This record gives sequence, structure tokens and C-alpha cells, in this order.
Amino acid sequence: MAQWEAVIGLEVHVELKTNTKIFCNSSTEFGADPNTHVCPVCMGLPGVLPVLNKKVLEYAVKAGLALNCKIAPYSKFDRKNYYYPDLPKNYQISQYDLPIAEHGYLDIELDGKTKRIGITRLHMEEDAGKLVHQGNIMTTPYSLVDYNRTGVPLIEIVSEPDMRSPEEAKAYLEKLKAIIQYTGVSDCKMQEGSLRCDANISVRLVGSAEFGTKTEIKNMNSFKALQKALEYEMQRQIEVLESGGRIVQETRTWDEAKGITVSMRSKEEAHDYRYFPDPDLVPIVIDPQWVKEIEESLPELPDARKKRYIEEYGLPEYDAAVLTMSKEMSDYFEEVLDEYPHPKTVSNWMMGDFSRILNANQVEIQDCKVAPSQLAELLKLIDKGTISGKIAKTVLEEMVETGSDPGKIVEEKGLVQISDEGELSRIIDEVIAGNPKSVEDYRNGKKKAMGFLVGQTMKATKGKANPALVNKLLAEKLQQ
Amino acid sequence: MSLNQMTAHELHELMMKKEVSAEEITKAVYDRIDKVEDKVKSYITLTREQALETARKVDEKIAAGDKVPPLAGIPIAIKDNICTSGVKTTCASKILYNFVPPYNATVMEKLNSQQAVMVGKTNMDEFAMGSSTENSGFHVTRNPWDTERVPGGSSGGSAAAVAADECIAALGSDTGGSIRQPAALCGVVGMKPTYGAVSRYGLVAFASSLDQIGPFTKDVTDCALVLNAICGHDPMDSTSVKYSVPDYTQYLQNDVRGLKIGVPKEFMAEGLNPEVRKVVEEAIATLSNLGAVVEETSLPHTEYALPVYYIIAPAEASSNLARYDGVRYGYRSVEADDVVEMFMRSRSEGFGEEVKRRIMLGTYALSAGYYDAYYNKALKVRTLIKQDFDKAFEKYDLLLSPTAPGPAFKIGENIDDPVQMYLQDIFTLSVNLAGIPGISIPCGFVNGLPVGLQFMAKPFGEGTLLRAAYTFEQNTEFNRQRPAL
Amino acid sequence: MITKKDVEHVALLARLKLNEEEKEMYTRQLNDILKYAQKLQQLDTDAVEPTAHVLPIKNVFREDEVGDHLPNDKALANAPEKEGNYIKVPKIM
Repeated sequence: MAQWEAVIGLEVHVELKTNTKIFCNSSTEFGADPNTHVCPVCMGLPGVLPVLNKKVLEYAVKAGLALNCKIAPYSKFDRKNYYYPDLPKNYQISQYDLPIAEHGYLDIELDGKTKRIGITRLHMEEDAGKLVHQGNIMTTPYSLVDYNRTGVPLIEIVSEPDMRSPEEAKAYLEKLKAIIQYTGVSDCKMQEGSLRCDANISVRLVGSAEFGTKTEIKNMNSFKALQKALEYEMQRQIEVLESGGRIVQETRTWDEAKGITVSMRSKEEAHDYRYFPDPDLVPIVIDPQWVKEIEESLPELPDARKKRYIEEYGLPEYDAAVLTMSKEMSDYFEEVLDEYPHPKTVSNWMMGDFSRILNANQVEIQDCKVAPSQLAELLKLIDKGTISGKIAKTVLEEMVETGSDPGKIVEEKGLVQISDEGELSRIIDEVIAGNPKSVEDYRNGKKKAMGFLVGQTMKATKGKANPALVNKLLAEKLQQ
Repeated sequence: MSLNQMTAHELHELMMKKEVSAEEITKAVYDRIDKVEDKVKSYITLTREQALETARKVDEKIAAGDKVPPLAGIPIAIKDNICTSGVKTTCASKILYNFVPPYNATVMEKLNSQQAVMVGKTNMDEFAMGSSTENSGFHVTRNPWDTERVPGGSSGGSAAAVAADECIAALGSDTGGSIRQPAALCGVVGMKPTYGAVSRYGLVAFASSLDQIGPFTKDVTDCALVLNAICGHDPMDSTSVKYSVPDYTQYLQNDVRGLKIGVPKEFMAEGLNPEVRKVVEEAIATLSNLGAVVEETSLPHTEYALPVYYIIAPAEASSNLARYDGVRYGYRSVEADDVVEMFMRSRSEGFGEEVKRRIMLGTYALSAGYYDAYYNKALKVRTLIKQDFDKAFEKYDLLLSPTAPGPAFKIGENIDDPVQMYLQDIFTLSVNLAGIPGISIPCGFVNGLPVGLQFMAKPFGEGTLLRAAYTFEQNTEFNRQRPAL
Repeated sequence: MITKKDVEHVALLARLKLNEEEKEMYTRQLNDILKYAQKLQQLDTDAVEPTAHVLPIKNVFREDEVGDHLPNDKALANAPEKEGNYIKVPKIM
């Protein structure tokens, strides 16, 4: 059986988190009423002119540096000409032959192995507006246009075709997202469209040095979608080739519902973007001193932070990788540590129950009502023996819902652990009296019956009994 | 002399002496329009009520004893490719037949801050593409000196309005000669300032790297006054230059002694009407007699300026005019049932023939496989043309030439031959390619039709242009003549 | 030499719908104009830098401060067709 591999390159668009658009002073805020964050410039009215937002340049340079790119000493904007109703000028201001950053890379880890993925270029451009359809674009009788997003600053990051599997592509995108988030230049929210990804994929026999014919895949709105779409497309291409067919170079869209990629062939002519330097914008000449200042202002990036977690906190590599994959998660972790300096315990809680509860409530850690100091407080209550670990999970659920202090919840709900030997002894006596069969089983050597009796005791105390003490007292009483 | 025939500086003086009111001046202008506009057809839109209201406000200020700026109460016509908030701005195109901008061009803000009175919006070649104003999507403007003839273009409406005394001054735009050539053909003063001296914000783009707004006036003094009002850095225009704008009236000196003027031989050769040549030679003699040092010189790459221009300008235009698609404003064809069809029909029905021709040409020049052969090549030759000028200005304070190869031609004469029409700009478009300032002033007549003299200077040499033009004007009578309408 | 087919391709790129007569006219005229432009090929420009901007301006920026928006009714005032807060266009496909 022939062994196939994929050759994948990604084109990622990231919306920059500036206050205003790239070429005018309209707001970039997400979610405003349609066509209210617009001005003559971003509406493309006759006679208007673009002026570059300096913050966009700064953020692009920052992202470029974080991705180990070389910053161009001389850069310019070009017009990319094509007609689409969400593009007011029917050209997009972008960068063609002199992008702001080139020749970078990032490292991904899969199965304990590190692989370097090249970044060809990073350039600045303006976003298009949004089309609203009744149902889907293929069947809608008409479309509605909202220009709020028009002119929101984007950086496009183009990778080398260095990825050999859908897993690698997903790992690359996750890492790219993490790095960009750390720099603070974007939220990278895929669901709001501030991180968007297109993929180029071809397949070839392992060992072959040549690239096969590629297809471009669009409309993958999550990491999972990226991986699934690429897995599907890889398989599709292999099947076409193995049955003696040829791959057509084309754009395909990922149909999430059906789990397939679909050809987007239309009556459009082959693209001819007629790039030329935008005469309305002047060249950018970068001061190396300014680049140095931006470089110095870069925060600690995921790889460095992960290394520190392993070396300083003694965390396993897996924990360090998971915690540092999201800046919010990692920042939260460190804030908890400030008040509760036991990295492995905090890591266990954050990766385990805390993440589970947040997911169940569909809350992102940065929007969560539980402050890092409150989580630290909860962990301290366990250490002090005030509550059991099991009760702590209940308390944490309550904290996520209400944002109350753990101490207050424990007190109000009467969740304080029962460690009073006399009180527990009395309850255990009742449990023994009420379960003669189990007691007999135990005495006949069925040691498992002990567990049932512990459970009954916990139930009787609504989980508040100190588990160690229950075990000790039960054992003593059953010996009698 | 009636009020509408006078210059801005004369009228300003009369207003300050309270001998006339701004309202009287504005009314005189509209009376004239009522009388001759049917024959000339300078305007697309008139803003009579708004104009009278502004004029009355100026009168109130003057009555209150306030000093008002030099253009306060002066009726000025605006080319219809300059955006005027709340007033239709069509570019003389059907595709913008109903477009009302929600914002003002920067030059309008500047004129408004002087309380200048906007008379109306003037006719032009559609999107400023043409040299005769015959390419207007609405009507043809006629030359006030001979209504069988064109006023030149593309700012033909502005030039004709000034020449016909239907306003005191006007704004136009100049991409390859669109101010200077109609100024020459209509016998008025017209200047294209240095690229970057006047904000392009709100000027509907034709060719962004060449377009510049400038004044039409009845004399050189008014030209300086309008420049004072409209020049200056604008943060809304990235190509606007930060420089301290001088008071241009300080250059109005009747003295050209020692001024070194070069006459590029390439501008006195091919295609020049012999009678125009004679008039220009007389003008050269006048300047020499006044003490200027006039010599023949050479701009060796002149013959390439026209092809360079007819690659660069259409290429930029093809992109600049892409936005007229029927979605957000202007004309939309109702017959289309999908968006591509809607784009194609709206554009084909909305644009005129010359505009489509240039869009086709520019699209071709930028398309895959031709960029280097045409567009990039043209940008490189543009460098050579600019270097010619740089070199000439090492030796000369000014260059001089005829503005146009001939006097006003008959309506319809050149309409079927694009290349012939393009040759109208042969003496003016190098100035745009080099980004330098140029002025056209009346310098004589051929068969009763005005002839224009062009001065060119190095970047930001407007002062020197004004000095030479002013001296010539003070020592001749050409600008005082009026067409018999 | 530009062919009618080239003209058709360029017209599609430029979103212009041309009738047969126009196609033939533009084929002829574009050839005339470009023949004129061939003149440029006489010049050796290998060592010449292209002039995209005639003045040596660089680094023109704007501060990242929000300004005035057009109110929705003004933003849509010129739109040929609208629905609610949106501009309406015929179907895309």
C-alpha cells in the first residue's frame, strides 16, 4: 500500500486590536449596529483618501518580531483589484512585493517532537465588509451589506508549505494563535472572525520531492474544522489519485454540516488582481531604533514561558504546554500562584476541574467570575481541612456561577467538613445499625463492603465528613 | 464695468469701502448666468439660495465693522468633481447623476472658512477625462469667445464660467492640463499647483499621482489670493506636503529683470499651430524687453510624455473608478438579477465612451503579463522626464511654452479620434508627470480666439510663476479683453 | 497586438459589458493607443528607478483615535436599494 503525505501551507488573517480602522478613524468595535461604524473613507465614497493608522504598523511589526521575522526597512502598500460587493472601492489596499515582515518561523510540538514551520511573510491589509444572506450564499435571493468591518486592520501571515499532516496544521495554528495573543495585538477569536484561516493542501507519496497539485480550502471556523477539513481533503485527493484521476487546482469550501469540501467554481474569470503601488499612500521607511524598542517591549512568549514553568515550577512538560497555550490561562495560573505557591496543585485544578466547569458553563477564563485570588483561597481551604477536595469541586461550581468567595459559600451552605470525632462516631453508629447486611459481609471477609459504608456515611453527612476520619472510625468500629 | 466682470481683489476693496454688498455681487453673477448660461452652459448645478444666504452673512459681518478674508463674498464656481456636502457632485457622469456627498472636500472647508460664495458646480469632461468638455455625460459647454467651439477641458465649465463672467473665480482640477488648457482656450488665468500643495481630499480621483486642484481667475492677483486660500498641508491626504504656505501676494512684483527663462525647443516644434507660435514668440519678446533672460533649452524626453501619461493615468483611473458599481451610490441598472451582472450593466450604462476607453486601456496595462512592459516601463520613463526638469531648473528659474498646440477647436472636430484629442495635452502633461507647478495666462489672440502662455517652475516655485505672470499681465492688455456674448 | 478576445477578457476584468460594435471599436482604438505607447520600448530603462511618487514623502501616519461616524441614514442616503440598516444587492451567485 502506497504511503501518502500531505503538503500543507496556511494563510492566516488576524484582525488587529486597534481602536480605529487601518486607514480612517472609524471604530473597530465588534457587534455594533450594521453600517454605523462607517465614515466616507471606509464607505469608499468618491474623493476620499486613506491615511495609515500608526498603531497598525506598530502591531504588525510586533507580530512580525514575535514570529521571528525580519522587518523590512522599506515597505509600501499596493492595490489588489477585484470586484465584490463587500469591498467598497473594489480594490483592497494590501501589500504585494514589499511586505512589512518576512522570513520568520515558529516551532510546534507533536508527540514530544519539535518541528520548525517557516513563515514566508506577514503583511498589512484592510478587511472587507460583511454580507448577510437569507440562508446560504448559493441560494439566497439577495444579500445585505454591512460595512462596519470594512477597513478593520488585518495582518495576513503566510506559512511555508512545511506541514505534512492535518495535525501539524492544527498545531501550527494553535501555536500561531498563542503567540499573537501573547503579543496583545489581537484577540484571535475564531468565532468572531478575528482569526481566520485558509489552507493550501496537496498530497504526494512519502519520499517524493515534488509537490502535487494543490487546492485551497476556505471557511474553516475552528481548530477542529481545520483538522477535519484537511483530513477530508487529504483523503479525497488520495482517492482521486489512486483511482487514476487528476487534482484540479481550485478553491474549495468546507461544509461543516456535511463534513466535506465543495468546489467553489463560478463564472468568475481566473483572478488577475492587477496589483500596483497605491498612489494615495506613501512608502514606509522603518527606523531600526523603533524596531528595537518594539522588540524590547515584547512580552514573554509561549515557548519561553513553558520553559520557565518546567524549570522553575517543576511542572511536567505536558502541564506546561497546556497552561501556556493560552495567555489568559497562563496569566491566571501565575496570579493564583502569587497567593498559593504550589504549582502542581494549581495546575491540576486548572487543567482538570476548573477547565471542566468553565467548559460546562461556556465561559472563557478571562470572562469568568472567579478571580485568581478566590481560586487560591479555595485551595487554601482544602489544605486547612475546612473542606474536602470533593466539596471543593461543588464550591468551585458555585463560584463560577455566582462569583462569591469560597469561604462565604462554605459558611452559608454549611459545607464545613465534619472533623468532630464524637459527632462522626454517632453518625457511623447509625450507619452500622442501618446496614446490618453490609456489616456482616465485611466481617465475613468482603472488604469491599467497607467502601459502601464509607459512602453511606458521606451521604448521611452530605459529603461533609472528613474522609480520613470516617475511614479510621469505621475500621475501628467494625473490628469490635 | 459690471460687478460680475470685476476681479476678487477689486470687489473686496469695494465691499470693504461699503460701496457694494456681497449680495449685490452675487446677484450680478446670477443675473449674468440667467442671461448667458443658455449659450455657454458652464454649469451642472446652481446653488443660488445657498449663495445668497452666504453673501448676506458676509454683509452682516462687514456691516458690523468686521474685517473679512479676501475671498469673503466672492462668487466662486466649483468643478463638479470636488465634493460639496449636501450639494450634488456628479463628475459630469450618469453614474453619479444623483450623488450628494455627506462631506466637504478640504478645499471647500477652506473656501467656506473664508466665507467665499459658491455659485454652483461646473461642467467638465466625465471624470475629468478629456480636453474639450464634450465628454460630459450631460451637455457640452461652449467657448464664450465662439460658441461653436469647445472651451477646452476637462475643467471647461470652470474656465468658461470665468471667461463669461458667470463667476469671479473658479476651482478646477488638472491631471494632464485640465486647468491650464481650458484657461488658455478661454483666455483666463489658470494654475496647477505643485503636486501635494493643495489637498486632494474630496477631489474625486481620476489619476491620483497626477491630480491637483487649482484656480481659474481673471487676473494673476486673484490667482495668488485663491492659492492663499486653498494651499496647505492636510492630514486627510497622505500625499499632501507639510510646508509653510507663503503669502503668495508678496510675489506680485512687476519685475522680471534677471529672471532666467528656458524655452524647451521640443515645445515649440511638432504639432504647434504656426499662428500660436507667433503669438508665443511675441510674448517671449515682451518678456525679454522687460529684462528676463530667455534662452532655448531642451527637455529631451518630451516625446515620451504622452505615451507615459496615457499608460499611468488610465491605469490609476481603472482602479479609482472601480468603486462605481451601483452598490452604495449613484446609478444602478435595475435589469440585473445577480451582482456581477448588476456591476457590469450599471458601469456600462453609467459610464461614457471615453471613460470606458480609459478603463479598458488602464486595466489592460495593469493586467498579468503586461505590467512590466507598460505600467512599470511608464513609471521608469516618468523618472527620466522628471530628471529632465530637475536638470533644466538647475539652470533656469522658469520654463516657458505655449499652453496648448492651437486655439479652441470646433465642437465635434476631434471627437472620433482619441489620439488626436490626446495631443491637446502635449505641452501640459509633462508638468503633471514631474509634479511641478504650471500657470497659463492670456498672451494674445489668433482669429479672435485666446492663446495661452505657460510658465513652469520647480516644485513649490508658485511664487516665481506668479511674479513672471504678474509682470507680463501688468505690461499687456490681454486679460482685460472680454468675449462678446 | 490586442485581439477582440483580449478586449473581452479586459472588459470582464473591468466589469464592463460591451456590445459587438464597442468590442470592435475598442480593439481598434486600444491598438492605436498602444502602438503609440510602443515608443517607450525604444528607451533603455534597466538602470532607471520607477517613479510611483513624484515627491519624496514617507511615513505619513494617523493617531489611533476614534472620530465621527456617519449616522446610518447618512451612510445609506445615496444607496440605490436598502433594507433596514443595510444596503441591498442582488444575489451573489
